[in-house]
Amino acid sequence: MSLLVDIAHRQGSFGIEARFESAGRLTALFGPSGSGKTTLINMIAGLVRPRTGRIVVDGRVLVDSEAGIFVPRHKRRIGMVFQDARLFPHMSVASNLRYGRWFTPAAERYADMKAVVELLGIGQLLDRRPAKLSGGEKQRVAIGRALLASPKLLLMDEPLASLDEARKAEIMPYIERLRDETKIPIVYVSHSIAEVARLASDVVMLAQGKVAAFGPTTEIMRRLDLLPAEERGEGGAVLDMKVLRHDENFGMSVLGSAAGEIRVPRLAIAPGAPVRIRIRARDVMVATERPTGLSALNILPGEIVAIGRGEGPTAEISIDCSGSVVLARITEQSRQALKLDVGGKVFAVVKTVSFDQANTGTGLPVQADI
Amino acid sequence: MNWLLDLTPDEWNAVRLSIKVATVAMLFSLPPGIAIALLLARGRFWGKTLLNGLVHLPLILPPVVTGYLLLITFGRRGPAGAFLAEHFGIVFSFRWTGAALACGVMGFPLMVRAIRLSIEAVDRKMEAAAGTLGANPAWVFATITLPLILPGLIAGAILSFAKAMGEFGATITFVSNIPNETQTLPSAIYTFTQVPGGDEGALRLTLISIVISMAALVASEVLARRIGRRMDIE
Repeated sequence: MSLLVDIAHRQGSFGIEARFESAGRLTALFGPSGSGKTTLINMIAGLVRPRTGRIVVDGRVLVDSEAGIFVPRHKRRIGMVFQDARLFPHMSVASNLRYGRWFTPAAERYADMKAVVELLGIGQLLDRRPAKLSGGEKQRVAIGRALLASPKLLLMDEPLASLDEARKAEIMPYIERLRDETKIPIVYVSHSIAEVARLASDVVMLAQGKVAAFGPTTEIMRRLDLLPAEERGEGGAVLDMKVLRHDENFGMSVLGSAAGEIRVPRLAIAPGAPVRIRIRARDVMVATERPTGLSALNILPGEIVAIGRGEGPTAEISIDCSGSVVLARITEQSRQALKLDVGGKVFAVVKTVSFDQANTGTGLPVQADI
Repeated sequence: MNWLLDLTPDEWNAVRLSIKVATVAMLFSLPPGIAIALLLARGRFWGKTLLNGLVHLPLILPPVVTGYLLLITFGRRGPAGAFLAEHFGIVFSFRWTGAALACGVMGFPLMVRAIRLSIEAVDRKMEAAAGTLGANPAWVFATITLPLILPGLIAGAILSFAKAMGEFGATITFVSNIPNETQTLPSAIYTFTQVPGGDEGALRLTLISIVISMAALVASEVLARRIGRRMDIE
């Protein structure tokens, strides 16, 4: 799958000028509200017509202002999951799910009702009316409805934003399964680091209608300076690791990568399976020698590769642990006291209990070829 | 009580004719009513205010004026009337079809208003969602918009029907008061009040008129409530 977006648009006083190309499995459009991500995804869906530019999905030109091409939304075969679900109130859940099927040519139907219903765990909801569903259930049905139209690309516009934390945690694994078990590429709009770090293979970082950065999630998430102010505290390194084994005595899972071993609270993921963790920069301590007599279980040796000024009294230290970069946010006072500088050998220290549901999730299958 | 149900053949005819005229007026108003309501609710075009004014004209003009306008337009020698008679064989003047036309025109603003309001209340995001699922605009209208405005449609239809049941001025001006052809309930009641000893007949028809109107109203309420319960819009 390939997605090319190269557009310029103006809406009142708000301008967007964006260009990016992605072949990722789940590409996140990430940025603060007002950065233009929803407008961008609406353009891909055909709900907004850009002033000028091109949008190409898998070699099929959907928009080309110079050639006068604008494929209407119903001919794009691009599924969309809206923040507000938008289930049809006059139809049952089953009818909602079947809606897109009618309009899909028989030869192009690949989505199977039973499989989708099972994937999303909505079997017991089929006879209900949308008004009788909880927010999380609605969103799962909305995902199923989009999937059953057998789209070539699935767009998700802040699908979790209107849900509480418990509902988010309920839906996140389904989106992970969607990403890993189906072949449909996904474009995912979000302003939440937790979601993007956990779900995305690639990130398009947007700020004020422009692409501020674009690349693999693990690289982009390191750029703490690009994060929206209200999310900066959540910022940190994203590491793709593997479950090595479970420590049943203490209820922990041991994860491994080139960086070393990291212990996290017990995960429901089988040994050998990929896992992705986000280590918040504020959860990381830095030591100049291997600490002893310390309760923290995760001590990763590494070398300082960069130091940035953070907000207020803080400094942001990038520590390369055998190829994986871990970020630490410490005070400028500590940095000077420890004489931390680029090239210095240090240890990054992370408490096991700083990992929770919000920053651990199923990892993307490594080197997936699609 | 017997005198109540003991209708003369002419009175029965007036009742039957009224129901026929009102039903036909309502049914034939619906398609253009929906179209005009859609235009007014969603269209952006030059002359929208003018169209809106035209639609509402029968509501503000004296019915006699509307009837007279119909007479000179759709009468045998009127431009539209002559054209329709010549090419399609449709004749309005002094026929029950003319009564239906007059009733339809008089009820039209009420119908359009009700439908327009319900169209404006439709969440257009639902239609956008249906579009992304592959439905073209015609299908979106048929499967999303139409079901969502159904309560408004029913309300508009009932208003049009009720208005047609009571229409008097435009009808009598346009197609006169011919028993068995254009004498609807109001015209029949009027005729009774003009002859000595007609009180009893006038009262009979008045009561029947009330019953029919109430029945239509109750039916629409029940229908609207059933649809509302089925949809459960939050």
